[in-house]
Amino acid sequence: MRRIGPERIRDVVAQLCIEANYQLPKEVIQALRKARRRENSSLGREVLDQLIENARIAEEGVYPLCQDTGMVEVFLEIGERIRIEDLEEAVQEGVRKGYRKGYLRKSIVSPLNRKNTKNNTPAIIHTKIVKGERLKIIVFIKGFGSENVSATGMLLPSQGREGVVEFVLEKVREAGADPCPPIVVGVGIGGTLEKSSLLAKEALLRPLGRHHAKKEIRSLEKELLKKINGLGIGPSGLGGKITSLAVHIETFPTHIAGLPVAVNINCHALRYARKII
Amino acid sequence: MRKTSYKLKTPLTIEKVKKLRVGDRVRISGTIYTARDASHKRLMAALKKKSLPIPIRDQILYYTGPTPVRPGKVIGSAGPTTSFRMDPYTIPLLKKGLRGMIGKGERSQKVREAMKRHQAIYFAAPGGCGALLSRYIKEAKVIAYPDLGPEAIYRLEIEDFPVIVAIDSEGKSLFRRE
Repeated sequence: MRRIGPERIRDVVAQLCIEANYQLPKEVIQALRKARRRENSSLGREVLDQLIENARIAEEGVYPLCQDTGMVEVFLEIGERIRIEDLEEAVQEGVRKGYRKGYLRKSIVSPLNRKNTKNNTPAIIHTKIVKGERLKIIVFIKGFGSENVSATGMLLPSQGREGVVEFVLEKVREAGADPCPPIVVGVGIGGTLEKSSLLAKEALLRPLGRHHAKKEIRSLEKELLKKINGLGIGPSGLGGKITSLAVHIETFPTHIAGLPVAVNINCHALRYARKII
Repeated sequence: MRKTSYKLKTPLTIEKVKKLRVGDRVRISGTIYTARDASHKRLMAALKKKSLPIPIRDQILYYTGPTPVRPGKVIGSAGPTTSFRMDPYTIPLLKKGLRGMIGKGERSQKVREAMKRHQAIYFAAPGGCGALLSRYIKEAKVIAYPDLGPEAIYRLEIEDFPVIVAIDSEGKSLFRRE
């Protein structure tokens, strides 16, 4: 049994919180540059230039990418031959430390009385037990401009693939300029109510622009991206052909009576950082 | 769409607002105030008691909640938040003479109509550019509701802050929605 101490986990989580809030992943910057080349609206190109410049300033480590430094979601893949103590507390302590040291905004409140917890916890933790003796930690920073316009729908089997396309387009159209386009769209199809939502979130964490391995899903991703970019919302919602940088879909078998679909929208700043211990 | 660039100084009078049209690029300098969800709720209560903590007539509200300031800096990241969440609170402020708002995203039809009635303007700042926009903020001071943390009301001194006219005083909107 390999042992990983809680202090190590705390420090890695803290570091990943800071990294994700200040450095856009390389693939996201590449996607923004590519969008800049393809956008034909001059206002849209201006916005994309500003987003690229914003990422450059944030990388200097003084100003976070966005003032909404999000709710933290931590995805853990835990090797079955590792022994860890106080995992939950180690992760939460890491988030507290990262948000304090990184001068990040504390945005988490009690849902009804709106009282701020003042340290940006609790983070939401998802765990998966896998083979081996390594621990993979992914910190995902979710801003609420885009989380607010995300949705899950319990479609009927009769609505099928066409219904899924309609549902996704409807949600993106309704979202308009609010989620800071160009957006990344995560779609979860199948499972149950919460499974589809989790699939949509996990889809966002796939390296940007990498298509699904299955041909059937890949073609749906391409079709949706084309249709979303045909909506004309454009960068910052000011019109243009780049409304979305990518559509990622994950699927799971579901019940004969149902077709759950979740759409999780992310702003252009897809903020995640990962480390394997 | 016409492409006019203006430099504007606060306070924002009706005469200044009337010249602006949807799509105009504007660089704003002068004093503005921040306010978002929780502070708007408090402003409504203050309105009823006739004890607003900030001047409203001919002023601009910026919908933002900045990140904590680092030592030696003016402010943290301070980009626009989604404006429509402030729609339920906006009309009473327009009635009191609020002249401008800075945020991101579309406003409700009711707010657009009220803006036309009261001759106000809504600017869009680039969403997701909190780090970039901090550079145009030269002074920042919490002047009301400090207990709200990032949702407190700040008085900001800005210089050439870059925005686009998203809804003008004729109620015309830049956002493309069916």
